[in-house]
Amino acid sequence: MKRILVVGNGLAAHRLTARLAALGHDGPVTVLGAEPHPAYQRTLLGSVLGGDVPASALTLSAPPPGVRVLTGVRVVAVDRARRVVRCADGTRYGYDTLVLATGARPTGDVHTLADAARPVRGRVAVVGGGVLGVETATALRRRGHRVVLAHGGPYPMHRHLDEVAGQLVAARLESWGIELRLGGYVPASGTLGADTVLRCTGTVPETAAAREAGLAVRHASGSIVVDERLRTNDSSIRAIGACAGTPDLAGALAQAETLATLLTGGDTRYVPLPPILRPRVPGLDIASLGASGPSGAPDEVVTFSDPARGRYARIEIRDERISRAVLVGLPEGTAAVAQLSDTGRPVPEDRLALLLGGRTKAHGDDPAAMADETVLCHCNNVSKGTVVRAWQHGARDLAALAATTRATTGCGGCTAAVRAVCAALPVPEEVG
Amino acid sequence: MSGPLSELLSVPGSAPPPRTVHTHCPYCALQCGTRLGHALGEVTVTPSAFPVNQGGLCQKGWTAPEVLSTADRLREPLVRGADGRLAPAGWDTALDLVAGRLKEIRRAHGPDAVGVFGGGGLTNEKAYLLGKFARLALRTSRIDYNGRFCMSSAAAASNAAFGVDRGLPFPVTDLGRADVVLLAGANPAETMPPLMRHLDRAALIVLDPRRTPTAERAAMHLRPAPGTDLALALGLLQLTVLDGRLDHAFVRERTNGFEAAWQRALPWTPERTERVTGVPVAAQREAVRMLADARRAYVLTGRGAEQHSKGADTVSAFVNLALALGLPGRDGSGYGCLTGQGNGQGGRELGQKADQLPGYRMIDDPAAREHMATVWGVEAAALPGAGPSAYELLDSLGTAGGPRALLVFGSNPVVSAPNAGHVTERLAALDLLVVADFVPSETARMADVVLPVAQWAEEEGTLTNLEGRVLRRRALLAPPPGVRGDLEVLRGLAVRLGEPAERYPVEPREVFEELRRATAGGRADYSGVSYERLDAGEALHWPCPAVPSGPAHPGTPRLFLDGFAHPDGRARFVPVEHRDAAELPGRDLPLYATTGRVLAHYQSGAQTRRVAGLTAVEPEPFVEIHPDAARRAGVTAGGLARVVSARGAVVARVRLAESLRTDTVFLPFHFPGDGRANLLTGGALDPRSGMPEFKVSAVRVEPVDVVPGGAVSV
Repeated sequence: MKRILVVGNGLAAHRLTARLAALGHDGPVTVLGAEPHPAYQRTLLGSVLGGDVPASALTLSAPPPGVRVLTGVRVVAVDRARRVVRCADGTRYGYDTLVLATGARPTGDVHTLADAARPVRGRVAVVGGGVLGVETATALRRRGHRVVLAHGGPYPMHRHLDEVAGQLVAARLESWGIELRLGGYVPASGTLGADTVLRCTGTVPETAAAREAGLAVRHASGSIVVDERLRTNDSSIRAIGACAGTPDLAGALAQAETLATLLTGGDTRYVPLPPILRPRVPGLDIASLGASGPSGAPDEVVTFSDPARGRYARIEIRDERISRAVLVGLPEGTAAVAQLSDTGRPVPEDRLALLLGGRTKAHGDDPAAMADETVLCHCNNVSKGTVVRAWQHGARDLAALAATTRATTGCGGCTAAVRAVCAALPVPEEVG
Repeated sequence: MSGPLSELLSVPGSAPPPRTVHTHCPYCALQCGTRLGHALGEVTVTPSAFPVNQGGLCQKGWTAPEVLSTADRLREPLVRGADGRLAPAGWDTALDLVAGRLKEIRRAHGPDAVGVFGGGGLTNEKAYLLGKFARLALRTSRIDYNGRFCMSSAAAASNAAFGVDRGLPFPVTDLGRADVVLLAGANPAETMPPLMRHLDRAALIVLDPRRTPTAERAAMHLRPAPGTDLALALGLLQLTVLDGRLDHAFVRERTNGFEAAWQRALPWTPERTERVTGVPVAAQREAVRMLADARRAYVLTGRGAEQHSKGADTVSAFVNLALALGLPGRDGSGYGCLTGQGNGQGGRELGQKADQLPGYRMIDDPAAREHMATVWGVEAAALPGAGPSAYELLDSLGTAGGPRALLVFGSNPVVSAPNAGHVTERLAALDLLVVADFVPSETARMADVVLPVAQWAEEEGTLTNLEGRVLRRRALLAPPPGVRGDLEVLRGLAVRLGEPAERYPVEPREVFEELRRATAGGRADYSGVSYERLDAGEALHWPCPAVPSGPAHPGTPRLFLDGFAHPDGRARFVPVEHRDAAELPGRDLPLYATTGRVLAHYQSGAQTRRVAGLTAVEPEPFVEIHPDAARRAGVTAGGLARVVSARGAVVARVRLAESLRTDTVFLPFHFPGDGRANLLTGGALDPRSGMPEFKVSAVRVEPVDVVPGGAVSV
C-alpha cells in the first residue's frame, strides 16, 4: 500500500488528510507537525492576539480515523534515494509519496499559536508595517494596548498600495490611536520606548529541508517549485501551501483538494487564482491585486477618490478584465473586484456601481410625477391610474380604495405610496 | 369579521350547498383565510381577518375562483384510444381499465412496477389515503411526491437539529414582534405576499443573488453567488464567534455538538467567505451584529437556500448560526422554513413520502410499522419498505427495474420536475400513466387515463399550514357533474384491486378520524384534533395529542420552549462543509441560471395560467439578465433569447435587471413547452434530502432569430 507522509500540520495538511479519507484513500497516512499542538487555523492568529478568542478555539477537527498525526516533530532532512525523512529527535519515517506542507517561517516574532497566546504587556511597538504588522498592530489596539507601528517605508504596506491608498490607511490607523513611525530607519534592536517589541518583518517559505535535499526552489522567494500536479522535481515529492509559494488560504486549500484527488487516482490540475492581498483589519477594507504581476500598459484606468470618507480605488483594466487594483474603504467594490478577478469575468460597464455596490436608485419617486401605468400595488397589479380613477369616483379612504381596486390588500407594502398618490390629487369641487 | 356560527359549521353531505363558507386560499402554505360566497352567479372571495393574512390577499387568491369554472375544466374521465387521442369515457370504464392494467403489470413485474406520485397541495386526508393506498392496495414502495422538490432539505436539517420538522415552530404572528429577520433565499413579497404584513416592523437581512421585491424592502441585501449560501452561513458563524457574539450559555445549556460545527467553520474567514460568495466582509459583520444585538430575531430559509444538491447542509449551516446566536427554542426568536405548497407541511408527514408513514413516522422503524399495521389491520411484514426519492423515482420510470405504471395525484412533473426533458421522456416510456387532476395539465395531456377530480372550493378536508396549524377547507359548491373527489377515486381503484371498501372511506371526516389514530404518538401527532374543534374556531398546531380524560390538549403553537425533541432535550449542531454546486459556469456555459417563482403564478402554473388577470401580468416565460451580460450575449430587452444548458434549451423574453449579478440569469419555472425553465435544471440530488439542484445550472444565452412573419426559428 502506498504510504503518504505529510510534513507540516497546518490547514493545508489538515484539508489534505480529510479529503484523502473522503475520497477513499486506504493506505497509511502520517502527518509530522513541528509545533506541539494539534492542527490549528493559523490564519486566525490575529484573533487570538487581539483577544477575540482563546487559542484553543483555533484547533481544527481531529484527523480522520487511520491518519497518524505526530506533533512536536521537526524534520531536518529528506533522503530522497531511500525515501525517508529524518527528524531532529533522530526518528525516521519512510514514504512512497512525500507531501511538503511546511508553510512559511516568520522573520519576526509572531507566528505560532504560542506566540499569539503569550501575554503582551503595556505599550507595544510593532516593527514592520507590512500586512502582518498592520494586522498585528490593529489587533493589539483592539485589545486596548497602546501601540506604535514602526515602518521603514513611506506609508504602511507600501509594496502593495499606492501612495493615496497608503496615506488613507495611515490616517485610519492613526484615528484608531495607533502611533505611526514612518519612513525612517527602524533599528534591528531597541525598544522604541515600548514595554514589548513585536517584530513583524514578514515570512519566508519554510523550505530548508527541501533545499538541503536538492529540490528546486525559486531564486527570489525561496519557495519550492511545483508543476500543475503539485509535483516537485522529484516526482514522489509534492508540495502545497505557503512553502510552495501559494500566497493565501484559498490557494492552499484548493491545492490540498487538488492533491487529494490526484493521489486517489483522479485526474485534475491546480490552476492558481490571481493572488489578492486582503489584510484582516476589521473595520477597514483594503485590497490589492496584481501589484507583483506584469505591468503592461492598461487600456483604461479608473480612479475614484473620496478622501474625506476614507475611500479610494485605482483599477487598471486590460481586455475588459481587471489587471491591477488597489481599493481602500470600499467594501462592496472590494468583494466585487475579487470575484471578477477570480472568475476572469469582464468588468461591468457601470464602473461606479462596481465600486459602490451597484445600488439602484432609491424608490420613493415623486407620486405626482409618476406615470399612470406605474404599478403601485404589485400584489394585485394595481396601477397609479387605477387608484386615481377610483379616488376620483369617490373612494376617498384606504378601505374604500382597497374595496374598489384591491390595492394594499396583499402585503400591505404599498399603503404609503397609495396615500401619497391620493394626497397629491386635487379635491374635486363639490357639486350641488 | 367572522361570520355567524352557522357558516363556520361544516355542512352534512345531504344539505344544500351553503351560501357562504369560511375556508382558505387554494395556493401557498400561508393558507390565507377567505370567505367564499356567490354574487351574480359567480363565486366571490373576500379575505378574512385570519391571523396569517389579517384581511390581506394577493392577486392569485382574489382570482382563485376563476379556476373553478375554467373553460377547459376536466369534467369526465379521458382514456387514450387506439388512435392515440384522449377521448371521454365513463368512470367505470376508466377505473376498470386502470385497475386491470395495474394488475397485469403487477403480475408480470411485481408490486414495485407501479409507482405513485403525490403532491403538496393535496389535503391531509388525500395525502394520508394515497399513502395507505400505495402501501396496502398497490403494495408498492415506489411512492413519493413533489414536496421533495420543495421543503425536503429544510425538513432533513430540522429533524437533525431539533428532532422534529415543523416549517415554523412558532405562529406566523410571532414574526410581527421581531426586531431583525434574516431571510436566506426567501422572497415572500412575491411568493406569499400577506406574510410581509408580519415583517413590517423587523429590519430584514435578505440573502438572494437577485434584488427581489423582498430585497427591496430589506435593511441589508446580501447577494451571494448562486450555490454559495453554505459558505456564507459558515462565514457568518465564524464572525459570530470572532466578534464575541456567541451565546455561550445557550450553547452550553441547550445544545450539543458546537465544537465540531465550529471546526468546520474555522477555514471560513470573513475574507475567504467574501471571495467565494461575493458578500463583503463589512456586510457579513453588520448582518451578524444586527442579529446578535436584536432582542428578538429569526433566521428563516426558503427555496433559494434549500434547492441545491447541498440544500440540507446549507440549511444546517443556517440552523447552526441560529443556535450559535441562541435563537431557537426562545419565545420571540427562532429558526423556521417558509414552506411552499398549500399543504406542504401536512403533505410531508402523513405518508406520501417514500420513507415515511403517517405522523412523521419513519418507515424503517419497526415500532412505527407495527403501529401502522395495527391501525390498518394488516401484518407489519406486509408493509413495503422505503422507496426512492421523487427525482430518482421519475428517473427510473420505464427502465429495467423501474415502475412501468405511474399514478399522479395533484402534481405536474412535466413542468415542475428538474431535467424536465428527460423526465418527460421517462413518463413517455411508461406502459401506463394515470393522472388525476382538475385541468388538463401538461402531465395530464401525456396520460393514458385522465381522472377529473374536485377542486378546493368543492371539497371538505384539512390542510396544515406553514406554522403547523391544522385548518379546515370547506366546500361552497358541489363538484361539477362527472367530477369525483380523489378519495372516491382511490376507493374505486382499491376495490377493483381487491381491497375491502371500508378501508378507503370517501368522507374526509371519516378519513381524518382514522388519521388521528394513525398519527397518535407520532412526531406529528394529530390525535387530539377534530373537525368539531376546528369548526368551533380553535387554533390547533400539532403536536396535539388526544387526552383520555380532562381538558383537551390545546395544541402546540410554540415548539421547543421547554426543550428540543431529541431524547436529551438538546438541539444538535450538525457539522457541515461547503462544496461546489454539481455544475459550475465555464467557457461554453458562462452564466449561472437560477429558477424561481413570480407573484402572479403558482408552481407549474397549471392553475394560474388559466386566470386571465394573472396571465395579463405574466403572460410568458422570461429571462432576467444584467444589461452587460445581455449585450455580450447579443440579446436585447423585449426580444427573445434562447437559454441553453447541458440538458436543454428554453426560449424566453429578455428582461434587463441592472440589480442582478452580471454572472447570473433568472427564469421563472411556471411556463410550459419550450418555456420550461426546468429543461435547464439537472438531476444532481442532495444526499441527505433527495432535493434536486434547481437553483444552479450553467448556461449560455443567445439570441433567437425572428424570421419575417413573426415565427420563431429555434
